[in-house]
Amino acid sequence: METLELFVRIGIYTLMALVLVFALGVVTLRNLFHCALCLAAVLIGTAMLYVGLRADFLAAVQILIYVGAVMTLVIFVIMLTEHLGEKSIRQNNRQSPAAVISLSGIVVLLAALLLRTPWPVTDKALQAKASVMALGKALMGTYAFPFEVISVILIACLIGAIAIAKKDLPGEDVS
Amino acid sequence: MNILESLKYFIPELVLLGGAFFVLGVDLFIKSKRTIGLLSLFVLVLTAALLKAPAQPLPLFYGMFQLDAFAHFFRYFALAAVAFTLLMAYSYAPLKGPYEGEFYGLFLFMAFALILVAGANNLLMIFLSVEFVSMISYLLVGFLKKDAKSKEAAIKYLLFGSMASAVMLYGMSLLYGASGSLALPAVGNALFFAPFKTLAHVSVLFFFVGLGFKISMAPFHMWAPDVYEGAPTPVTAFLTVAPKALGFAVFMRVLAMVFTPSWAHWSVLLTALSILTMTLGNLTALSQNNIKRFLAYSSIAQAGYILMGLAVFSDLGRQGVLVYLLAYLFTNLGAFAVVTLIGEQTGSEDLAAYAGLSQRSPMAAAFLTVFLVSLAGIPPLAGFIGKYYVFAAAIQAKFITLTVVAAVNSVIAAYYYFRIVRLMYLVPASGPALAPAPRPLFITLGLMFAGVLLLGLFPAFFLGLIWR
Repeated sequence: METLELFVRIGIYTLMALVLVFALGVVTLRNLFHCALCLAAVLIGTAMLYVGLRADFLAAVQILIYVGAVMTLVIFVIMLTEHLGEKSIRQNNRQSPAAVISLSGIVVLLAALLLRTPWPVTDKALQAKASVMALGKALMGTYAFPFEVISVILIACLIGAIAIAKKDLPGEDVS
Repeated sequence: MNILESLKYFIPELVLLGGAFFVLGVDLFIKSKRTIGLLSLFVLVLTAALLKAPAQPLPLFYGMFQLDAFAHFFRYFALAAVAFTLLMAYSYAPLKGPYEGEFYGLFLFMAFALILVAGANNLLMIFLSVEFVSMISYLLVGFLKKDAKSKEAAIKYLLFGSMASAVMLYGMSLLYGASGSLALPAVGNALFFAPFKTLAHVSVLFFFVGLGFKISMAPFHMWAPDVYEGAPTPVTAFLTVAPKALGFAVFMRVLAMVFTPSWAHWSVLLTALSILTMTLGNLTALSQNNIKRFLAYSSIAQAGYILMGLAVFSDLGRQGVLVYLLAYLFTNLGAFAVVTLIGEQTGSEDLAAYAGLSQRSPMAAAFLTVFLVSLAGIPPLAGFIGKYYVFAAAIQAKFITLTVVAAVNSVIAAYYYFRIVRLMYLVPASGPALAPAPRPLFITLGLMFAGVLLLGLFPAFFLGLIWR
């Protein structure tokens, strides 16, 4: 049992490290297409972390929506846009070193904070398993209001996005 | 309170939401966009008429929407800001086009979003509603498709805004981790215990970033001038007032419900940021040549004064913030209504277009003078009442440095506001007389003028309404 736990631990940390490496790839690689592939890897890695945290449903949704739909769309856009996939684009500028230094400072401070805080981790919380049924009940019960609000947000954004992205037809230029 | 019970207190908002969909639907069949605009205004007025003050705080929808006197005030505030903006946009030519109806519809959604912000009492709802307001703001800023500046402003706003939201979201995740709850009162209770003190000190900083961005607090103000300059003028007017005011509302709620125990900690920081914001805004405003950029920096400086009330956070300070926001609503919308008018008629947003305005359009010059004097905080206008209360709060709480710096800043501000008044009255005109204002714009100007004057002359009446 002890060794098993050790292996799980090593596995999780390796996974986290991999996600971080790919995330760095997203913001440093020069080829947009490679960046998109790295992003897909990050999203898959996060989904695997969710499985490790017993959030199976969230993991499935993550794969389905982010990897399946969003990333496919992103890659399509890159492939369809003229030569965007072959160009090499610089992702850093003169301010990058300063940003890296200050960010590392923040990361160190946050790490200190996270390690010092006595997080209220209970056995009950650790054993909790979010079933799809419970999730559905919560969405239609306590969280019905935010759930509905999200749908309003989405439709408002959709209408607005179409209004500013759509090409003017020649006939309806000025009314 | 469960959902069915809550619905009967939520009827005005449902009418507003239904109205938004109705307007967008009708827009498909009606050619005359003016009708759509009038219909939108009617929806707003109807919603305002249906609003009822809650007898006691009501935690609607399992506490997702906290309907209390505070939220009630901001409901009126949001509806008024949207209604006046629509009136201002009604005669704004660049928006005329196939998507004018969508513009009005989006503003109705915006009103709904602002009301959600006012009642958000839960980390999830705060994030959702603030993002709702931001998303629609990005869209409205970029609404002028053929204008490169408008598009650039929208992209800048989107990038900065998403970053600020992400930082705030991280802060929320810390709070949720510590308390295991999303409701602000529960989070506040959890943070009360000593082991979580450091966490509270740090997570309040994350809120400073996210909400500071919304209220254009320095050093998170760098988006404001570009966005305000690029956006369609009525949208600029709206952005300087409503999202900012609601940002202050949710900021006040978060600070009051969650971070009161660490007041001594963040109050110092907020004092420093308040000083930084007003000084930066005022000093940069001095050298602006574009009226919209000028008012943008002036609005950053105004945010600095309002932050005084937050830094003090006494009862008087919090009431001062509300009074200031109300005064600011009338004053800034009024000033931007004049900018819309002049921009329409001269096609220019340069300060040079205002030279000799008193001869070209005496009415516009007189109105703008009143609004600028109110922004400078000179009695008997609304701006004075707002400034009076935040200064009083700072003095009462013995924030002497803050008061002195704010006073010096007010003098600098008065200098540049009067520079424009001088430009309008003492510099000879460079062009022919301007045509009179279109009627909707004239009505807006009149209403804002009345608001500025009445709030200045009869503050007791308004204070009674706000502080009930």
